[in-house]
Amino acid sequence: MIKAIVVFNNHGKPRLIKFFQHYNEDMQQQIVRETFHLVSKRDENVCNFLEGGRWASGKNSDPENLIGGSDYKIIYRHYATLYFVFCVDSSESELGILDLIQVFVETLDKAFENVCELDLIFHVDKVHYILQELVMGGMVLETNMTEIVTRIEEQSKLEKSEAGLAGAPARVVSAAKNLDLPKLPSNIQLPNLPSFR
Amino acid sequence: MPTVAKGDAMRGLAVFISDIRNCKSKEAEQKRINKELANIRSKFKGDKTLDGYSKKKYVCKLLFIFLLGHDIDFGHMEAVNLLSSNKYTEKQIGYLFISVLVNTESELIRLIIQAIKNDLFTRNPVHICLALQCIANIGSKEMAEALAPEIPKLIVSGETLDAVKQSACLCLLRLFRTSPETVPSGEWTQRVGHLLNDQHLGVVTSATSLIHTLAQKTPEDFRQCVQLAISRLSRIVTSSYTDLQDYTYYFVPAPWLSVKLLRLLQVYPPPEDPAMRGRLNECLETILNKAQEPPKSKKVQHSNAKNAVLFEAINLIIHHDTEPTLLVRACNQLGQFLQHRETNLRYLALESMCLLASSEFSHEAVKKHMDTVITALKTERDVSVRQRAVDLLYGMCDKSNAEEIVAEMLSYLETADYSIREEMVLKVAILAEKYPVDYTWYVDTILNLIRIAGDYVSDEVWYRVIQIVINRDDVQGYAAKVVFEALQAPACHENMVKVGGYILGEFGNLIAGDQRSSPMVQFQLLHSKYHLCSAPTRGLLLSTYIKFINLFPEIKGQLQDVLRNNNNLQNADAELQQRAIEYLQLSTVASQDVLATVLEEMPPFPERESSILAKLKKKKPNVSDIEVKEGKKSSNPPTLNNSAANTPEATPASAPVPVMAAAPAPAPVQSASDDLLGLSAGPAAAVPVTNNFAAPAAPAGGGGLLVDVFDTPPAQNNVSTALAPQAEDNFFKFAIKNNGVLFENELLQIGVKAEYKGNLGRLGLFYGNKTSYPFQFFTPTVSCPGELASALNVQTKPLDVNTVEGGAQVQQIINVECIADFLDAPILSIKFSYSGSMQQINLMLPVMLNKFFEPVEMDATTFFNRWKQLNSPGQEEQKIFKATYPINQDNSRTKLLGFGFGLLDGVDPNPDNFVGAGIIKAQSSQVGCLLRLEPNMQAQMYRLTLRTSSNSVTTRLADLLLKLF
Repeated sequence: MIKAIVVFNNHGKPRLIKFFQHYNEDMQQQIVRETFHLVSKRDENVCNFLEGGRWASGKNSDPENLIGGSDYKIIYRHYATLYFVFCVDSSESELGILDLIQVFVETLDKAFENVCELDLIFHVDKVHYILQELVMGGMVLETNMTEIVTRIEEQSKLEKSEAGLAGAPARVVSAAKNLDLPKLPSNIQLPNLPSFR
Repeated sequence: MPTVAKGDAMRGLAVFISDIRNCKSKEAEQKRINKELANIRSKFKGDKTLDGYSKKKYVCKLLFIFLLGHDIDFGHMEAVNLLSSNKYTEKQIGYLFISVLVNTESELIRLIIQAIKNDLFTRNPVHICLALQCIANIGSKEMAEALAPEIPKLIVSGETLDAVKQSACLCLLRLFRTSPETVPSGEWTQRVGHLLNDQHLGVVTSATSLIHTLAQKTPEDFRQCVQLAISRLSRIVTSSYTDLQDYTYYFVPAPWLSVKLLRLLQVYPPPEDPAMRGRLNECLETILNKAQEPPKSKKVQHSNAKNAVLFEAINLIIHHDTEPTLLVRACNQLGQFLQHRETNLRYLALESMCLLASSEFSHEAVKKHMDTVITALKTERDVSVRQRAVDLLYGMCDKSNAEEIVAEMLSYLETADYSIREEMVLKVAILAEKYPVDYTWYVDTILNLIRIAGDYVSDEVWYRVIQIVINRDDVQGYAAKVVFEALQAPACHENMVKVGGYILGEFGNLIAGDQRSSPMVQFQLLHSKYHLCSAPTRGLLLSTYIKFINLFPEIKGQLQDVLRNNNNLQNADAELQQRAIEYLQLSTVASQDVLATVLEEMPPFPERESSILAKLKKKKPNVSDIEVKEGKKSSNPPTLNNSAANTPEATPASAPVPVMAAAPAPAPVQSASDDLLGLSAGPAAAVPVTNNFAAPAAPAGGGGLLVDVFDTPPAQNNVSTALAPQAEDNFFKFAIKNNGVLFENELLQIGVKAEYKGNLGRLGLFYGNKTSYPFQFFTPTVSCPGELASALNVQTKPLDVNTVEGGAQVQQIINVECIADFLDAPILSIKFSYSGSMQQINLMLPVMLNKFFEPVEMDATTFFNRWKQLNSPGQEEQKIFKATYPINQDNSRTKLLGFGFGLLDGVDPNPDNFVGAGIIKAQSSQVGCLLRLEPNMQAQMYRLTLRTSSNSVTTRLADLLLKLF
């Protein structure tokens, strides 16, 4: 089972946090920090796995307090500026999860057209929806990229059709605000009118 | 065309995010966030109803703020309201907010569950999917209780869309994990199994995950799935990659599904049906063959997917552990991976090979790769991989390669990562103990371990080397020599001082002949470390010194000076002070003879599971797998333990005497004495000394209850049916005596006189009325509850009178005959009417098995011969228990004699121990019993060993004896 999915950038700024087991906010942030700490110092060509028991067995931290102890593995991949980190238990195939990360990224790439960190920042909701098509309650839901993309497209269509109806007023307002009206000449020379009599 | 048109984004959100990103400082960011939170709060609180677009925008902002690590304490209600919107987008964002931000204890959970319910019952599949996703993501107990019954319907219904089915499977799986009891199996379980045949591979994948988890709980319910899974797997692996179209991932057909199916099959043993088995083996072979084919793509994704399936297939082969050819092929394949350029594959190969090493069929094949693994240990750049290499070396180690592996691990230890040192130390220590080349090698190895990684050598490790040195005469001189040498290093680890101090204190005399290690030199060497050590170690050294006073009287003066030193005599540490004072006094007061007895060499330690192994298991629970399999092998190599372990059972006389020399032997550190030196506190002492009679007594009382239902007049009121309060205490006293008072209260006294011969006995009961008023309707009855009726024949002579006058005594005779061995005692229940109210007293009649016991005399040889004959399981019962009464030689003797044993003096070399023999005479059989009782004064414990020819007699006598000491 996948316990958590975390995406953060090279500086450790979280871009996506998804836990399939409840932790409070502080704990979630702490896990992100510690995971970043562990993952970021690793070389590029080492293996993509880290063991729970090991990475938390430093003298000062209790192995139990980070996502459940030695049965857990961290499986991660590094793409350009982002780390994609999955924390899984022993019932998952390591290479399978590695492939799943790849599917996730490829799907994001299709959805956003050359996905980059900014897309994840500005479209958190979309990223969540895409992830929901892949993983549900910690289990792999769908791995067929075509199928996933189709489902996302259906969602977008629905969104658009709804936006077309109900979103209209809001759009009109915002459109009006941003309307770049051609500037009126500032000093209009009024023609001299014949004086009234 | 991109699916998400970027222009659609919400402008306000984008502006906010840009603002945050432009913040120059943490404070500025915090300020901007606070401003935004205030803004959203006022919007939510405002009277104006927000339109869907704005709600969505604000929720997105909150999500972003949450991601930055800020607490969001509002907006939950708005999100819940969004759930009941008819618009997909609003519903969707509502669900998103809830699954990210709402915790399972939220008070809103009821509202959420209601909203989910509404969505589940719509006919709109998109809404159903959203609801299912939310359940699966939160998966709380309340949700499970409220919603679990609905989900199976969705899975098995013919009308459900594939996408919904897929989600429903995983949703149910999640709820099952949260609280299995809410997902009862039913008619649907059968039908879930058939989803393995579904057209849609996405559905099959989800269903396999669900079945895998359910089958782990109740394998029987899903046994039919084995066949379905095999045929599905076979169809996938034999298909060409174009067949499965979209489920082909980089030219590998449905890798995830294959992995899941292989995992599911690992829940079950290999199929028994030969056809099915053949088909499965074909699949596995195909997967192994494919690994040898040239890759269809250079991309890493292709090889990843292919190998994911391959590794899972190998795991299944290892799990089945029945096909030697497949196992060896798997091993060869992993061997190739060991040298692969992909680090991931090397890591996984080491991991899987570790499992293979524990299989009988492939252990040898794994060993061939030892050199590669050692190279990996030395050259891998990644600590994760090196760790795996250590694990594998440990797993593949046996007698043939132990020396090399231990040497390699020791040399790696010098540079090993700090994070894995402790575990490595334990592993080295275990291997050295398990596969010793010889004992000098063992001692060398452990001392090296302390030298190289002293900080990581836990107490268990150095305790163990001492245990082994003490138990093996042939290594003691050598051990003394090497610790002496090791201590000469200018800086040596405190653990080395501990081991050195202990060993020299015991065996320093063995090397004292050499001028270079004369007593004085030994002492000065140890004492030069004294001031650098912690208090517990100093305590240990003080014990060494007192032992030296015994071993080397010639340097007594110098040793006493140290003890007399004010630093010790007035030490702030109470333990050190006490030791110094006591040892000094002992050395002054006691004669050389007394000293020699008190400070005798430590007796051998009883053999038991290595405490190091226990520690490693605690640290890494999965290690035990290796050990278990190890134990299964018939070719289990002899370990250090075995040599001595066999003796105690075979000949009690030569068994290690478990009583400590009654002296402050070097058992200084309290924690040390708990584990290692306090023999009595060994694992066996963990056997709780339970009140074995408590259990039988309860049904006996119940039997009494039945009796009075039939016998007593209905008018009774304050009649107690339980046993009288003091009944039990008094009862056990009768185990070793025949006459006495069985019961007494303010009304009644009951005395007993009994005599036994062979399997017959006769009891006289004397009922005395202590009051001045008569007892009316006085009726004592004896009953034998349960099995006892057939084991014991009891004849009661009814009383001549049914009234006992005030101050008078009446007598009743009871005859008993022992038919077979028994545990419970007959119940004596007495009813009478005293001044108008009914009284009832229930007692246990003091007839126990040992009453039919006759002592036997025999000489030592006969005893040992018989002892050895009684060696099958069940015939022996050993109990180690805490003394209830103070240990006293004479009392113990009286008790055993009273119990019926013939005591055999001079059989046990230790005069404190008791050895006895007797025969139980029942009508049906006669059972010979042998006993050995070893008191340990210091720990106030006993070890009781009983051997008899009948299993039940053994336990029953042991239970009785436990009560007496």
